[in-house]
Amino acid sequence: MSDNQKVIEIEVLRYHPEKDKEPHKQVFEVPFTDDMSVLQGVQYIKDYLDGSLSFRWSCRMAICGSCGMMINGEPSLSCQTFLRDYYPARVRVEALSHFPIERDLVINMEGFMEKLESIQPYIIPKEPRTLQEGEYLQTPEQLNEYEQFSSCINCLLCYAACPQFGLNSSFIGPAATALLHRYNVDSRDGGKAERMELINSEEGVFNCTAVGYCSEVCPKHVDPANAVNQNKTISAADYFLRFLTPKGGAK
Amino acid sequence: MNKRRPYVRSMDGWWRKNPFFVEYMIHEGTALFVAAYAGILLNGLVHLSQGEAAWNVWLLGLKSSWYIGFHVLTLIALGYHTYTWFKIMPRTMPPVVVGGQRLSAWAITGSGLAVAAAAMAALLGLVWGMAR
Repeated sequence: MSDNQKVIEIEVLRYHPEKDKEPHKQVFEVPFTDDMSVLQGVQYIKDYLDGSLSFRWSCRMAICGSCGMMINGEPSLSCQTFLRDYYPARVRVEALSHFPIERDLVINMEGFMEKLESIQPYIIPKEPRTLQEGEYLQTPEQLNEYEQFSSCINCLLCYAACPQFGLNSSFIGPAATALLHRYNVDSRDGGKAERMELINSEEGVFNCTAVGYCSEVCPKHVDPANAVNQNKTISAADYFLRFLTPKGGAK
Repeated sequence: MNKRRPYVRSMDGWWRKNPFFVEYMIHEGTALFVAAYAGILLNGLVHLSQGEAAWNVWLLGLKSSWYIGFHVLTLIALGYHTYTWFKIMPRTMPPVVVGGQRLSAWAITGSGLAVAAAAMAALLGLVWGMAR
């Protein structure tokens, strides 16, 4: 280590379920260079200071969505947040808000996985189609309808940014709704009626109070708040229009 | 034995934990001024229905310095309410495509604010004309 090596303090919220009743703070002094991300800082702690520190990571380039953490209170991907932007002050890292902490910076995401499954995140064809009939064709305009919402990487930063999810964890939430919308507006899909039951339900979009922070923190510019709020309009129209055009089967 | 014991953090004081949430609570709070002002106007309508004397009592009440101060405060709150209402609008509506291009968020917010300003000017002009 050279004499002019910069050292930053990283404060980590630790929690080991075997011995801790509740989480507690621990401060580490981490030597760093200007090209080091917060993730690399946390990796330095695990490699050289305390091997028991637990956190998720994989790709290091904002694609996999594994390394989300609260960094100085803001939901961020730690691989694209840099230590130099906090130096010389201390940087605080904590597991993503609104999720139960499994251990240190690792959250319990089982609830989200169930929600993801419930929205049927795959194309439900309008009618069965044989291979001989060839591929589905789609115009660039039809692609534009859903492309933005298909960029979601399930990093869960939007859930950590949503106080309504924090107050009611049964709310289906921003990312799952954005993905639901992605399939509903796909010209090849015919599953909208099934998915709308979820949108209209107690767990659905009306839990949202348009805080809008979910879209601010999204690293992929998905704008989940837009998906949620568009579906409020669709849901309300569905509710009132049934008086004009009875379709039957309303639940 | 299962060693898992997921820890759930408290949501107490959640809105103080992030500047974004503080601003959210402030702009939602300005809705109380909208409601209060609707109450004032409704009160005026009730007085109007009770005849000229009652109406004049209400008008006189409006001239108290407390009421004028409250009006200034309400005007500021409503102005901020209008601004934040249109600021979130692009997030709440389907994409608007003009000439093959998606309209930017600021174009939508700007149009909303322009329409609100025009409506306010028209209303002011109308009332001004009637009062002359």
